[in-house]
Amino acid sequence: MLWYALRRLVLTLPLLIGITFISFGVIHLAPGEPVDLQAGDLNAQSSAQARQLLREMYGLDQPLAVQYGNWLGRLARLDFGRSFAPDARPVLQKIGERLPVTLMLNIVELLIIVALAVPIGMVSATRQYSAFDKITTVFVFVGFATPDFWLALLLMILFGTELGWLPISGLRSLNWEYMSFWRQQWDFVGHLILPILVATFGGLAGFSRYMRQSMLEVIRQDYIQSARAKGLSERVVIGKHALRNAMLPLVTILGLSLPGLIGGSVIVESIFAIPGMGQLMVQAVFERDYPVIMGNLVIVAVLTLVANLLADIAYGLVDPRIRMSGRGGRR
Amino acid sequence: MRDFWQAFAKNRLAVVGGLIVLSLVLLAVLAPVLAPSDPNRPNLRNMLGEPSRGHPLGTDQLGRDVFSRMLYGARVSLAVGFVSVGIATAIGIVLGSLAGYNGGVVDATIMRLVDLLLVFPRFFLLLAVLAFLRPSIWTIMAVIGLTGWMGVTRLVRAEFLALKEREFVLWSQAVGATGFRVVWRHILPNAMAPVLVAMTLGIPAAILTESGLSFLGLGVQPPFATWGNILNEGKDAIEIAWWLSFYPGLAILITVLSYNLLGEGIRDALDPRLRQSRRRLAASRG
Repeated sequence: MLWYALRRLVLTLPLLIGITFISFGVIHLAPGEPVDLQAGDLNAQSSAQARQLLREMYGLDQPLAVQYGNWLGRLARLDFGRSFAPDARPVLQKIGERLPVTLMLNIVELLIIVALAVPIGMVSATRQYSAFDKITTVFVFVGFATPDFWLALLLMILFGTELGWLPISGLRSLNWEYMSFWRQQWDFVGHLILPILVATFGGLAGFSRYMRQSMLEVIRQDYIQSARAKGLSERVVIGKHALRNAMLPLVTILGLSLPGLIGGSVIVESIFAIPGMGQLMVQAVFERDYPVIMGNLVIVAVLTLVANLLADIAYGLVDPRIRMSGRGGRR
Repeated sequence: MRDFWQAFAKNRLAVVGGLIVLSLVLLAVLAPVLAPSDPNRPNLRNMLGEPSRGHPLGTDQLGRDVFSRMLYGARVSLAVGFVSVGIATAIGIVLGSLAGYNGGVVDATIMRLVDLLLVFPRFFLLLAVLAFLRPSIWTIMAVIGLTGWMGVTRLVRAEFLALKEREFVLWSQAVGATGFRVVWRHILPNAMAPVLVAMTLGIPAAILTESGLSFLGLGVQPPFATWGNILNEGKDAIEIAWWLSFYPGLAILITVLSYNLLGEGIRDALDPRLRQSRRRLAASRG
């Protein structure tokens, strides 16, 4: 197992370097001169300034290799430079305060999605073409097609404005400081309900679909037949033998869909004014705060990479065949 | 081909999806004829007007007719969907064929690049790129296309790996056809079915991405109407003018849903294995 994990780790390193390559390439996207490029912008002045700063910061007049070397050197020291915003704080610090919020949101989302998608997929697969299966299939198609920002707006109208049940902005109420400890916790949870509802909606559709598919394939296998033939109850056959095998591909899909989930926080955080990395990214793009943009891009990609690595290792842990084949490959 | 149409026609949802897609295309093309008023003409006497006979979907902050704006918005969605998926598919076919046909170092390099780009959360990458460019419908199309070719590449490569060992390919190689000819005349045509499905399913994804970007205010810029930026303007008036937020979102939902139904229908109709198992299942149930 250790070998398998190490192997995955080593395979990850080139991707890490690749991330720096792509991000470095993005900096050099800007074609032409800054002023005429931004001529149509309202903030042409400020973006010309930003570009000047950018040129100084990354030494854009030096040869590419030198630029890249310098940039990489700073990255290695976790130095992302200072924000172009008036506060001019270090980018790492800015991102650091927002990272926990985004991480927490995404982890909670993921847990809810898996907790709901597994039973939903399992039931629709074992009762294929039943009313439940048909209803969830409709839900899946609608879930795929619903724009998350629209769902967020509708929920804000319903629960925030019309019913007045839930807060629709930020993570804390204005009078948070004056609340008792438990009220504070409740207030926090209340602020999270709508964003998490919106963020899980689309993902849930996808995952329950995969789970159903995977389960359908598993229950047609011979070993399920033999488990039945052995006289095991349907409960044990489905709940133990089938479920375990059906959940394996889910681990991979989990890893693959992480970038999408994390990317989704851009819209959710912007709408609900949640101070996470997604909101920071949007603000930075509007303000042309390039160091923050680049820092965000690199950190988000590295996070996804780490999450993928964890998913791979988890896959190896639950499925012995994977780590065995890994060993076979080395021989 | 007849098999395909028969199987497709049996799938009622897919047919409905296809018909809606067709009518959306018609609506978009005929927008200048159908729109009751100029989508960009403000009318300060009728700002945030409720849906009425003259304005079936109401008016916005500047008194512009929402229905007309949405018709023009359909053009943007359609154009972005088709062009960006066209770009992504073209790149995907070229790189996927190169990787699948050549194997070896070429394959390894291209596939690592695919892995690499898939590590970037799409929206963060899109925003980072857009921060350096001036947002316009062309940049949006290009950027969505250029960041969305990885799936098609994988798909085409997988098809090539399966097809290049088949007799008709080996035979044409044996009689001395050039690599390009083998790929172009013999392998690609046989690999197009899954690509077609991927394209049909890629269009709604691109439409969702564009409307998301426009909703954030980083996509197609006003005064050009798109469903996303109508929603963006609508969200500020959400408490007094629900129609500004409701209808564009509904239009996106219906569009994406129809493309998805159509795409899944095409896939099911193309996949004989699936068709057979379904038939067997139906037989065992009946």
